Amino acid sequence: MRHDDAPVTTSKQTHPDRALLAETVTINRPAQELYEFWRNPANLLPVMDNIAAIEVIDDTRSRWTVKAPAGREVRWESHVINDVPGKEITWRSAPGADVANSGRIEFRDAGDRGTVVRAVIAYDPPGGTIGQFIAKLFQREPRIQARRDLRRFKQLMETGEIATSSRTAKQLNEEQT
Amino acid sequence: MRALTWHGKHDVRVDTVDDPEILNPRDSIIKITATAICGSDLHLYDGYIPTMKSGDILGHEFMGEVVETGPRSTLQRGQKVVVPFTIACGSCFHCGKHQYSACDNGNPADNQDIGRELYGQPMSGLFGYSHMTGGYAGGQAEYVRVPFSDVGPIVVPNEIEDEKVLFLSDILPTGWMAAENAGIEPGDTVAVWGCGPVGLFAVQSAFLMGAARVIAIDHFPHRLELAKKFGAETVNFEDTKTYEALMEMTGGIGPDAVIDAVGLEAHGFFVDNVIDQIKASTFLGTDRIHSIRQAILACRKGGRVSMPAVYGGFVDKFPLGAFMEKGLTLKTGQTHVQHYMPALLNAIIEGKIDTTFLISHTLPLEQAPEGYKMFHDNQNEVTKVVLKPDLAMAAE
Repeated sequence: MRHDDAPVTTSKQTHPDRALLAETVTINRPAQELYEFWRNPANLLPVMDNIAAIEVIDDTRSRWTVKAPAGREVRWESHVINDVPGKEITWRSAPGADVANSGRIEFRDAGDRGTVVRAVIAYDPPGGTIGQFIAKLFQREPRIQARRDLRRFKQLMETGEIATSSRTAKQLNEEQT
Repeated sequence: MRALTWHGKHDVRVDTVDDPEILNPRDSIIKITATAICGSDLHLYDGYIPTMKSGDILGHEFMGEVVETGPRSTLQRGQKVVVPFTIACGSCFHCGKHQYSACDNGNPADNQDIGRELYGQPMSGLFGYSHMTGGYAGGQAEYVRVPFSDVGPIVVPNEIEDEKVLFLSDILPTGWMAAENAGIEPGDTVAVWGCGPVGLFAVQSAFLMGAARVIAIDHFPHRLELAKKFGAETVNFEDTKTYEALMEMTGGIGPDAVIDAVGLEAHGFFVDNVIDQIKASTFLGTDRIHSIRQAILACRKGGRVSMPAVYGGFVDKFPLGAFMEKGLTLKTGQTHVQHYMPALLNAIIEGKIDTTFLISHTLPLEQAPEGYKMFHDNQNEVTKVVLKPDLAMAAE
């Protein structure tokens, strides 16, 4: 049997030139609500803790800024290249990006359990110069970053807030910077 | 504020730290009036639980007065509340099933990585119990920040004494869930390993659920006496061969249900336990599990095993064969405290359950380190230490 029913992103066969990762979370809210939240990139700032700024240019374009080591900043422009309302959004960085990246987020109705949200991200694997740069930039492996971002998205949509164990505002600020 | 902080094995201190603040809309700040040292705090004290950091504030059994509320908290200033040790959001799939200790959202996103690696999926946040369970500051302090305060804390009547309701925070629901997990049928004989607070509440709960007989096993005479007060028959494993005694006392059948309320630091000079201790000290295994091994061997064929005891890591020589061949059922887990609080509060108010018998010592918060030491060193007489931040002031 050549292919089983498992997602291709869980394959043991890896491609040396291009890494593909997927993270999935089930969120106890309707797909349309989650899609609408995600469709406006400005909403994503509190969810993605490595992003310094997200500037919306127009309906399909936004400018992303990541804080890099040594006080530097890395930017790229992200374009929505496929948009299926209530179901999925695909984006790709525009030519000239400091770090090229692409991805897709899917919202699949899960009945009583809400919505299965799956993020698929393609990036240059660690090992190459660019990959190492990305890892440094994001301060952690992209898969772990994506997993944490999805957990925060779930917390915000299900509970209206992002859980923190900080005791004081000062601690919370230190945690977020 | 003053707070009991952890600094390493057998090193806890009362330090001055910044007061907690409202950080999220559903938060509240509670002024602690009473807090207890839990047997599972001794696992932290003994250095068995990983991911602790110097300066962490301990304590997950506490209650007090609401002094500040976030805009989405449903609590009101001045209310008297008991706070569950499990931090649960009330809105996720698991909370919807009342599996509060499995809440998806109570644990901050970054802290969930460890639970995922170790257990496959992360569990809820817990107060004052390492960074794996969130790194939340605990309640052995003057004040505590309570997240999701619209879901967790239960409001209790102002006139009821703290001592009567404090244990709703953990050990009473834990003992109750232990008995519930034993699937007790009328006429059953239930054996309980460990007569600490959870074991003693499991004894009371088992009788309330229709057990005909409860056999309590321990080696501390005073704790066995307390079990006897609630109608249990006792087995002191220092004087008696436990398995042989249980078989004779049950007509050769074995107990219908067994409850392990001991956990990862089982006492006793048994060959397997000594080997476990050596392995734990060399990190070949992490948990000492003599009591659950013995419980599985003693349990009758087709019987039920309930395990409220805390285990954290990996074990060796788990009697999987006995478990399978005898067709046993195991139920366990951190307590879904929020699920049990309302009914148990009523049981306390109606006088069906007594919790005050347990308290052997009450100390000011400033003497918390002494409380830890005495609870650790003398488990026969020290059954429960309650700490009160205001007590020192009252004595002055």
